Amino acid sequence: MAQARTLITVPPQAKKGELVLVRALIQHPMENGFRHDENGRRIARDMIQNFRCSFNGKEVFRADLQGGIAANPLMQFTLLAQESGTLEFLWEGDNNFRAQAKAQLQVT
Amino acid sequence: MTTTRRQMLCLVGATAVLPAPVVHASPDSAKQALQSILGNAKPQTGRVTIELPPLVENGNSVVVQVSVSSPMTAQDHVKAIHLVAEGNPLPSIMTAYFYPENGRATFTSRIRLAESQRVWAIAQMSDGSYWQGHADTLVTLSACTEER
Repeated sequence: MAQARTLITVPPQAKKGELVLVRALIQHPMENGFRHDENGRRIARDMIQNFRCSFNGKEVFRADLQGGIAANPLMQFTLLAQESGTLEFLWEGDNNFRAQAKAQLQVT
Repeated sequence: MTTTRRQMLCLVGATAVLPAPVVHASPDSAKQALQSILGNAKPQTGRVTIELPPLVENGNSVVVQVSVSSPMTAQDHVKAIHLVAEGNPLPSIMTAYFYPENGRATFTSRIRLAESQRVWAIAQMSDGSYWQGHADTLVTLSACTEER
């Protein structure tokens, strides 16, 4: 399966001690299994279950998505800028769904 | 068998006390969802702010922002925030886990809402205490029911 489109928004530079806003978006239908198509058939469940973000290898944010998250899920959270490094994002879900993304953060 | 007046009164009283049949199962499953998060802990009210638009035109995508007041130090920080929507067929929406590195316990996401309802946010602190907050919203177009 082709990698889903992801969009990460992180300021390229931040001052030490500054609060950095991290936005992670991914293209995904987040089909919850309760909806029906135009013929009245139930649409099979297809959800992302897990989102993880790590900074220089250490986990800094995690979310378990259980149900009721809108399509193309958005995860927005903050980070305290301490050192420069790489942010790694990982999404996992139904039907062996897996997507990864990376972003650089420069701390001055 | 003859029924005495006293037995008859007992019977009538018993039927009156019986709860009305539950038509919508959601409040019960919402209670279960809260129970599975909290266990036997009693959540305190406060510290948790949950922001939802008061009127939602399309329940398929509703921006929700939750923030918890906490110093976010290694000794005292928010460990997790749970979101529960009372009126959804699946009340547990998500759980977000935090670390002192976050600096602030806040997150934004987009959720689906099946009907006008109350959404709860429950914060689990590093000292083991629970805090809760809620927001009410009116949904004019429900998620789930509409066809694609």
